[in-house]
Amino acid sequence: MTGRKRLATRLAASLATGVLALGLAGCGGGSDSGSSLADAGATGIDDGSTLTLWTRAPLEKQAKLLVEAYNSSHKNKVELTVVPNDDYVAKVGAAAGSHGLPDLFAADIVYVPNWVKQGLFQDVSGNINGLPFKDKLNQGHIAAGTLDGKAHVLPFVMDLSMMFWNKELFKEAGLDPDKAPANLQEYAAAAKAIQGLNKPGVYGTATGFSCGGCLVFTWFPSVWADGDEVLSADGTKSLLADDTAKKVYATWKDLVDSGAVLPSSRDETGPTWTAGFTEGKVGLMLYPATLLSSTPFDVGVAGIPGPAGGSSTFLGGDGIGVSKDSKKAAQAWNFLQWLVSEDAQVGVLAKNHDVVARSDLAVNEYSEKDDRLVTINTVAGNGDTPVALNFQQAFNAPNSPWLTLVRGAVLGKDDSLDADNDEITTVLSH
Amino acid sequence: MTATPPTRCASLPVSGRRSRRRGHAATGWLYASPTALFVLLLFVLPLFLVLRMSGSDWPLLAGNQGINVPDNFHEAVSHRFFRDSVVFTVKYTVLTTVILLALSLGLAVLVQESTRWKGLLRTSFLVPSALGLASASLLFYVLYSPLAGPFADLMRSWGFTFLGTPEGALWSTIFLIVWRYAGFYMLLMLVGLQSIPDEVYEAARIDGASRWQTFVGITLPLLRPTLTLTTVLCVTGSLLAFDQFYILTKGGPDNSTITIVQLIYNVAFQGQNDLGVAAALSVITLLALVIINIAQIRAFSRRADD
Repeated sequence: MTGRKRLATRLAASLATGVLALGLAGCGGGSDSGSSLADAGATGIDDGSTLTLWTRAPLEKQAKLLVEAYNSSHKNKVELTVVPNDDYVAKVGAAAGSHGLPDLFAADIVYVPNWVKQGLFQDVSGNINGLPFKDKLNQGHIAAGTLDGKAHVLPFVMDLSMMFWNKELFKEAGLDPDKAPANLQEYAAAAKAIQGLNKPGVYGTATGFSCGGCLVFTWFPSVWADGDEVLSADGTKSLLADDTAKKVYATWKDLVDSGAVLPSSRDETGPTWTAGFTEGKVGLMLYPATLLSSTPFDVGVAGIPGPAGGSSTFLGGDGIGVSKDSKKAAQAWNFLQWLVSEDAQVGVLAKNHDVVARSDLAVNEYSEKDDRLVTINTVAGNGDTPVALNFQQAFNAPNSPWLTLVRGAVLGKDDSLDADNDEITTVLSH
Repeated sequence: MTATPPTRCASLPVSGRRSRRRGHAATGWLYASPTALFVLLLFVLPLFLVLRMSGSDWPLLAGNQGINVPDNFHEAVSHRFFRDSVVFTVKYTVLTTVILLALSLGLAVLVQESTRWKGLLRTSFLVPSALGLASASLLFYVLYSPLAGPFADLMRSWGFTFLGTPEGALWSTIFLIVWRYAGFYMLLMLVGLQSIPDEVYEAARIDGASRWQTFVGITLPLLRPTLTLTTVLCVTGSLLAFDQFYILTKGGPDNSTITIVQLIYNVAFQGQNDLGVAAALSVITLLALVIINIAQIRAFSRRADD
């Protein structure tokens, strides 16, 4: 009996030692034999290293084009991993905990303030200061990644929310296809006019009422367009029960009640929120500008109007930085400085009808051929990026208080707007 | 420490018989070690990690920030969806278990009684079990979709969507689960039915028992071990429901279908990003499961003693 017990103890002990050793090996990680941002210089190192890059699925098209262009013109090779949108935070979180982040990774710009604070990105302010056009970079993205005066991210792909309308359906409904609705009332009137065509399967407008991210992206600009704010400057207080916001909810409630909204919008959680418009079944929509190149028919594009007019946009998309775990930071900087160069911004992004991240390149050979791109680039100047540490929990999460607020104010009958708004503030200031 | 040498000396002159027995013991341990190793690596260690997490301040992106013992548990039970998710999970479990077990027992009796169509019936009930739960959920996501699904026109004319109301979402999900698992539980029930000896039925027939009397008086009592197994499996599975709700409803509409595991996932990865609180919720769930399972097995075995 004692023998058996002792053997068991010994076995357990040796197992424990083995496991410990494994754990230590995993934690240790060499700190040498890598390159750092300090010795990157202005252009970084292009020595044939392999770099890893993660991004989320909605920006797959742009990321692939950028990586292909970089790989074909540089010795370094970037390996791209595209992760489904909903799994991205979990994947980054797991990798951050186990020191397994890729060299470069992109992050939804609204998550960037939090991720920078958690130390997931290396400080690249020294390198950015070496760029001659650093003041022309999109300041919304740079500011989101700046902590204590140190910049950590560059704009990867800009995604702006714009008002898109289907010119064909506008013509059929007797509306001027070349004139944008000037305010939210005209927007609602146009949606109802298209609904009034009574074409089977065709609806006035669409959105995603179970998709917090979609609603943030498309409704915040309506508030900004009237010169109001959605959050306090420090991102800890929600102003979403103020008068302008109430007018936005009222317009949408009217649209829903009059049946001019695509029925599936009611339960849309995000994956197919733009599908109705892309298939030509929706008259006008607040829509991501990155989809301009994937929309096959003739569309008009303008900034998102507020209840009283004006226009604004959500400067969304992804920021990108060098991860804390990268051993090839100088090589990674080589990719980043190329990313903001004219070759990448104009030669890849503008060519694909995407928004450029540098104001000095807003007018380029491609935008001259398509005045919609000029519109988008101009509205980008009036746009905004909200900065809050707990943005994901307050707005994007599937059970966020923001969704409760919108669904209550637009789909429900209850008058819980102020209580729901307080719940958002509670989460933001947590 | 000082006591060690004498003990070792005493154990040195071992008899032949004793050493052989010790050899047996070593062989036994050797045989058991692969399983023991797996249990240790894949169950005991993760369990300790979760326990440690539940007692630590552990944000997803920043890692372990040190101990804060009761806070995580306090925050877990005072989460604004904790009560709702417990109530919903229990409701879902009761409904699923009752419907699934009754239906699968009915199917098993049907398949057993029917002679001509036995093969065809058994196969057709079992086919959905060949599909993974996530794939099945995606399949139903499309079927239920008011945009892309085959019932889109029907839903439009009825002015109703499958996943649009809390009740609709619950029953649509239960339908998926019943479709997916009825065949599997039917198979378990069939095995149980076939283990009941024919002589007992014969005796009942000779005594002039009706079909219903035979079912209540013989089939059900003799099926008790199978019923215990299927109930425990079904209750545990339903209490840990995640995939189907994650894919079909994401907890919506209006946060009406959040199960406890979904709450854990949301706290860990979707917004709050707090592994400590998520681990505390997991520990609470684990304890509840252990208690519920012990209670179920006790209840079934006590009835067997009566």
